[in-house]
Amino acid sequence: MSTLHTVNKSPFSTQTLLSCLSHAQDGDAVLMIEDGVYGAAKGTGVADAVAAKAGKVSIYVLQGDMAARGIDAARLIDGISAVDYAGFVRLAAEHDRAQAWL
Amino acid sequence: MSEVVKKFLYVNRKAPYGTIYALEALEVVLIGAAFDQDVSMAFLDDGVFQLVKDQNTKEIGVKNFSPTFRALGDYEVTKLYVEAESLAERGLTEDDLQEIVYEDEDDDWAEKPSIRIVSRDEMAAVMADQDVILSF
Repeated sequence: MSTLHTVNKSPFSTQTLLSCLSHAQDGDAVLMIEDGVYGAAKGTGVADAVAAKAGKVSIYVLQGDMAARGIDAARLIDGISAVDYAGFVRLAAEHDRAQAWL
Repeated sequence: MSEVVKKFLYVNRKAPYGTIYALEALEVVLIGAAFDQDVSMAFLDDGVFQLVKDQNTKEIGVKNFSPTFRALGDYEVTKLYVEAESLAERGLTEDDLQEIVYEDEDDDWAEKPSIRIVSRDEMAAVMADQDVILSF
């Protein structure tokens, strides 16, 4: 039994990403979408917290939202994978529930 | 027309696509440019993300308005203050921002950069120097 968590807020303007990461269980997946994708970049004030969780939960970022915001795949934190909209659907289907962190 | 020129600052603290604030701010600046005031823009906190280069919104189906910033010089909006600390906290440097220039009519139309990277203290001083501040 596992959960897909989605985060759509910038980690620099709310605590949403950090709260999600601290509630996600081992084996869950976290998908960063919309302004949530800013949490996927290296070298930021939240990158260490994200990287520390990357071994225990699977962390994904939505490709289209990254591209819109000028984030290149080369800037992703190690262990984070980009997915397209089909990948988003697949993640939703693979997990038992989805929890949107708004 | 009034001959009184006031200093207007448009404060941008939101990322570009998650909310409508950034686009609306740019629309208001362009409208306000018709009134011949002394206009500056401030980018701090998540607002610095608005100026990141190579934005491609094809997949999310909304307009990429970032090229519009490069037209601001034609409307005599030539002071774009960007806070250094906000960039650093987000893992960004000036090189991650698009190049925005204006032609200086007082200097034989020389091309000059519109983006001015300032410290948090300098940004506070810019804010304290205004007549009108509009926040987005």
